[in-house]
Amino acid sequence: MIPEIGHYALVLALALAILQTVLPIWGARAGDEALMRVGPPLAIAFAGFVILSFAALVAVYVQSDFSVVNVVENSHSMKPLLYKITGTWGNHEGSMLLWVLVLALFGGTVALFGSNLPSRLKANVIGVQGSIGVAFLLFILLTSNPFLRMVPAPAEGRDLNPILQDIGLAIHPPLLYLGYVGFSVTFAFAIAALIDGRIDAAWARWVRPWALAAWAFLTVGIAMGSYWAYYELGWGGWWFWDPVENASLMPWFAGTALIHSAVVMEKRDALKVWTILLAILAFSLSLLGTFLVRSGVLTSVHAFATDPTRGVFILAILVAFIGGSLALFAWRAPLLRQGGIFAPVSREGALVLNNLLLTASAAAVLVGTLYPLALEAFNGEKITVGPPYFNVTVGALMLPVAFAMPFGPLLAWKRGDLVGVGQRLMAAFALALVAAGVVAVATEGGPVLAPFGIGLAAFVILGAVTDLAERAGLGRVSPGTMLARLRGLPRAAYGTMLAHAGIGICLLGIVAETSWSSERIIGAKPGDAFPVGGFELRLERLEPRTGPNYRDVAAVFSVRRGGVEEGTVESSKRIFTARNMPTTEAGIRTFGFSQLYVSVGDELPGGGIGVRAYYKPLVTLIWLGAVVMALGGALSLSDRRLRVGAPKPARRKQPAALPAAAE
Amino acid sequence: MRAPAARLLAGLLLAAALAAPAHAVQPDEVLADPKMEARARDLSRELRCMVCQNQSIDDSDAPLARDLRIIVRERLKAGDSDQQVLDFLVARYGEFVLMRPTWHGANVLLWLAPFGVLLAGIAGVLLYARRRGAGPDRQAPLTPDEERRLGRLIDEAGGKAPADLTKL
Repeated sequence: MIPEIGHYALVLALALAILQTVLPIWGARAGDEALMRVGPPLAIAFAGFVILSFAALVAVYVQSDFSVVNVVENSHSMKPLLYKITGTWGNHEGSMLLWVLVLALFGGTVALFGSNLPSRLKANVIGVQGSIGVAFLLFILLTSNPFLRMVPAPAEGRDLNPILQDIGLAIHPPLLYLGYVGFSVTFAFAIAALIDGRIDAAWARWVRPWALAAWAFLTVGIAMGSYWAYYELGWGGWWFWDPVENASLMPWFAGTALIHSAVVMEKRDALKVWTILLAILAFSLSLLGTFLVRSGVLTSVHAFATDPTRGVFILAILVAFIGGSLALFAWRAPLLRQGGIFAPVSREGALVLNNLLLTASAAAVLVGTLYPLALEAFNGEKITVGPPYFNVTVGALMLPVAFAMPFGPLLAWKRGDLVGVGQRLMAAFALALVAAGVVAVATEGGPVLAPFGIGLAAFVILGAVTDLAERAGLGRVSPGTMLARLRGLPRAAYGTMLAHAGIGICLLGIVAETSWSSERIIGAKPGDAFPVGGFELRLERLEPRTGPNYRDVAAVFSVRRGGVEEGTVESSKRIFTARNMPTTEAGIRTFGFSQLYVSVGDELPGGGIGVRAYYKPLVTLIWLGAVVMALGGALSLSDRRLRVGAPKPARRKQPAALPAAAE
Repeated sequence: MRAPAARLLAGLLLAAALAAPAHAVQPDEVLADPKMEARARDLSRELRCMVCQNQSIDDSDAPLARDLRIIVRERLKAGDSDQQVLDFLVARYGEFVLMRPTWHGANVLLWLAPFGVLLAGIAGVLLYARRRGAGPDRQAPLTPDEERRLGRLIDEAGGKAPADLTKL
């Protein structure tokens, strides 16, 4: 009964989504207030039915209802409850339903809290969101129905892929989807503006928080995925330039560009057309990411869907939304009035540079990911585009971004003084040089480029702090005034500082990990000791154990540093009984920001066990940096002027009060 | 894909999937000479495990990756340079084995594309700025009449420009 309720709720949601697409947009065209007003209730009802449907799917998973194909294929009665729940979206059908759930929640939020939006804009936004809902619900109902029954029902399920039986599955996909699908809101706003042929500062005020929220979720989602791969896959890497990772990185680059260009639009009324284009790009790349992962067109670690009919369907969705929105853009964008001129050296100019470099980075990832496919389709040649390509191209593009980052926020709007900004950054630059010098001396004989990397990371972090210090009037006013000024700064200023510092922190982690990691590959028997990165590990014992749905052999190591006992670390080889599939559980000990990472392999022919041990200095900064970035986004989101929302139409006539950022 | 090839590939994939995940680099593969071992590791990262999904032979558990790692080490021990090792494997398995796309043919486009996008963007911005600079909506200089009105406003404000005027 529950699967049928879920299925039926999905069909009803589709009907509502069709109405939600047609009626409000029609109302906006015809100027019919009544038709426009049905949008929000429809969007809320749509959300309600999607929530019901999703809840039904979770329920059949929790009950282990093996009359449902999806549950049979991805669950097992012995699986711990948490993984029964998360297993709901640990498969193609369920993850698509999660996608639609997030879409419905965002749509419902716009409908609920959009009361101060101009009615035509709101009607068009809700309509566009409805159309996305229609496309994805049709996709689910026609090609990926999670509620299909199976007769006769088997007694037991085939269990979830063991790699996915991890807390990471509870966090990573929902966060990632909050990011991907969050860009559907900015996309809907962009299309609504194009349909209407009108765009103003109020539009930007509405779009910026959504873009920020989506970006912050995506940032943490990507970082979480990276950490998950790091500890679960067992070979200590944290970024593989896997197509699936690339799929999430592309919208991140476009989204990062978007949150910056939206600032220019909001504050200076410039870059309107470009902001619209970025909003379209960010969501298009999110869709493309979904397509790459879901269609199985690229085989990679994450791809668990391989049915070509699905691929063709998603391709149709892609063509309709990306092609349609770009065509609409080409047709309607010339109608949008341009505002705000600025000199090349200005805050706006810096943000344009940021946008160009970020867009080119997104292009690098896109081209590198799709090129092998295109080449094979074109002349049958098979080549690989691997990490070396991405490291070189994205690295070359991100280096100037990092170097220019401290300059941007210090430049004045309209016309900036680059020499003056350079002088104000002297202290940061000098300190960064000192840091690089100290590192160069301390690690003599190590990688030559590492000190430069550390210097750059330090410059980015200190540059972000300089911005804040300058605004507070460091060295020019008394400490009391400075404190008062710091307190008076808008939260968005702190947000910028945190987000930029987060990049520097992340960079610090990347440079340290890639330059100074130590690795040890060895065969060890119980009692054997070996050194790695200043530690001494001793294999104490091999311990067979039994878990709820697996058996494993844990290798317990004692850790000593400089003769001091530092406890133990254990890594295990796990066999999941239902699929007879092995996984490696890495053992990780964190010391400050650095980590000791141990993972065991197979039993060796001569007795003993294969061991890979690493010491990764400052490795956690890679993910902490991303968390700091997202915190910056969240802080910016809580800024008063975004909390209050868009100005009411009547207030728009007054000159907008210039925030402190314009000083 | 033709049927035999497809079957072969399926067989290889199956073999890769069924093989117990040995560790990527096994202790018994490690060369005694640390310098040569470091070279072997660097080369391993540049080589793809062809039956895996986007893994280098350095990361992969598959038996094929192990074979390739051993071949790399054997070639190095035989005195090959890094480039010779790569050439040897390309001759055997085709360019598919290289993680770093080569710099010839259509691949040049691949390498240049991101920078092409950047240059196109810069060109677009410059073109746009020039068009706007010369366009009708460039801010016209104040007419004599406007100058006089502005002067009057400034006088009325006591010789100082009104605060919001400076910020406009």
